[in-house]
Amino acid sequence: MNIRKNIAISENGFIFNPLTGDSFSVNQTGVFVLQQLKNGESNETVLKALQDEYELDAHTAEKDLNDFLDMLKSYQLSENE
Amino acid sequence: MKPTYERPVIQKLNTGLMNKFGSRTEYIPVKQIDGVAVAGLMDEYGSPLFVISEKTIRQTYQKAQKAFKMRYPKVQFAWSYKTNYLDAVCNVFHQEGSWAEVVSGFEYQKALRNGVPGNLIIFNGPDKSADDLKIAVENRSLIHIDHFDELYSLIEILEGTSQKARVAIRVNMDTGVYPQWDRFGFNYESGQAWNAIMKIITQPNLQLEGLHTHIGTYMLTANAYAVAARKLCELAQNTANKTGVKIKYIDMGGGFCSSNTLKGSYLQGADVIPTFDDYAEAITGTILQFGFKPDELPLLILETGRALIDEAGYLLGSVLATKRLADGRRATVLDIGVNIMFTSFWYNHKVSPAQDFTQHAEEMALYGPLCMNIDCLRESVSLPLLKKDDRVVVHEVGAYNMTQWMQFITLRPNVVMIDTTGKVHLIRKSETVESIVQQEVTPEHLKGFKL
Repeated sequence: MNIRKNIAISENGFIFNPLTGDSFSVNQTGVFVLQQLKNGESNETVLKALQDEYELDAHTAEKDLNDFLDMLKSYQLSENE
Repeated sequence: MKPTYERPVIQKLNTGLMNKFGSRTEYIPVKQIDGVAVAGLMDEYGSPLFVISEKTIRQTYQKAQKAFKMRYPKVQFAWSYKTNYLDAVCNVFHQEGSWAEVVSGFEYQKALRNGVPGNLIIFNGPDKSADDLKIAVENRSLIHIDHFDELYSLIEILEGTSQKARVAIRVNMDTGVYPQWDRFGFNYESGQAWNAIMKIITQPNLQLEGLHTHIGTYMLTANAYAVAARKLCELAQNTANKTGVKIKYIDMGGGFCSSNTLKGSYLQGADVIPTFDDYAEAITGTILQFGFKPDELPLLILETGRALIDEAGYLLGSVLATKRLADGRRATVLDIGVNIMFTSFWYNHKVSPAQDFTQHAEEMALYGPLCMNIDCLRESVSLPLLKKDDRVVVHEVGAYNMTQWMQFITLRPNVVMIDTTGKVHLIRKSETVESIVQQEVTPEHLKGFKL
């Protein structure tokens, strides 16, 4: 999933969308995922990175990442695909 | 070292929330109850699990008793069986000095089994069979008559005998609160209560000992009790003046609030409810100032249930699943259903996590495990990022849940009591398929089938 180019992501988890004026907060895991996505990584790469970073089992990582990506989409933070 | 994992979460930041206090998140985990580890309790006794603190029951009882006894010389509590009639719970109250207050033949038998002397059982309620009445008369119990049919039944039962029944009438009245409870007992304002008193006085087999009222439940104003006490005092005085019969006791029933928060309440329960001292001041102040001679002050009986036991009860449960609703809200499914937590229909129960979390929280709906749409424990609550198998503690569930619970879809769980030394006792075993089906009888021709 590609994150919109103009979305601002701070290190401590503050997100700002200049297009809509909405702001969000994410937790540390959320920052980790967002930064990977902002760098243009694919969902599969992020999934793997998430597992490595936190020593996570594949099922939990997939379940949680999918839920997070759905929320990014519903908040209009992703590029139209 | 790898960082601790918490699932990724994003929250939209909103300004201008409707509640001036903002939303409150229960971050502080409850890991122990009376020094006993929550995790250990659930490992040993399963999930969900009711936990009752004996220490809290005794402390609450003593606080209530002190509020009344420091203001009035003759006070007697009677434990309201319907609020929680697990034997262990009842016996804590009886050990503290409570009589028993029962509202059915079943509860009456339970009180007798527990060893309460018959003459210290108050028999309330609209449902007393002829057999119930006979036993109550035999045991010299205090029979609180609810309606004229019951009064005439009692007269018929005792006709031609030398037995005397100790009775009181239940009086309903306008205390200035809405809704007025007028379905139980005899109405004060219409003169019905007075008619009942006069009928009793003329009966050789009936001995009028008291006047009883139960003005409502979760009474948010102590003043209503002052109004009720004054009306009962007036009835007592009129009875003494016109018939010479001295009323021995005034029973103010129950209805005191626990600190649970009612649904729709803007403020937290603890911030709006009257204290035991408020109730005591309203009731005893009225009786003391009414004008009884000091040696003729009636005994004051209280049937407080909810306010004495709610806080002592906890319900421990586990997260079965978390999911997203169509509108993007989080939904958390617990193994606690409304069938065992009936009070979730009228309270927003406080729910705490039982383990540590970060400061991140989510607004979520809390659902139970039943495959029924009504199985919702909280429509909206802010909690840390719960995941499958996490544990939660629901507070203040001691009143009514362990009596109104239903065996529905799931089985009713274990109930344990932590005694004052921190020892854990199983006081009601969880149900099994066996314990449920043993009540069923399958006709012979329906015992087998081929598919």
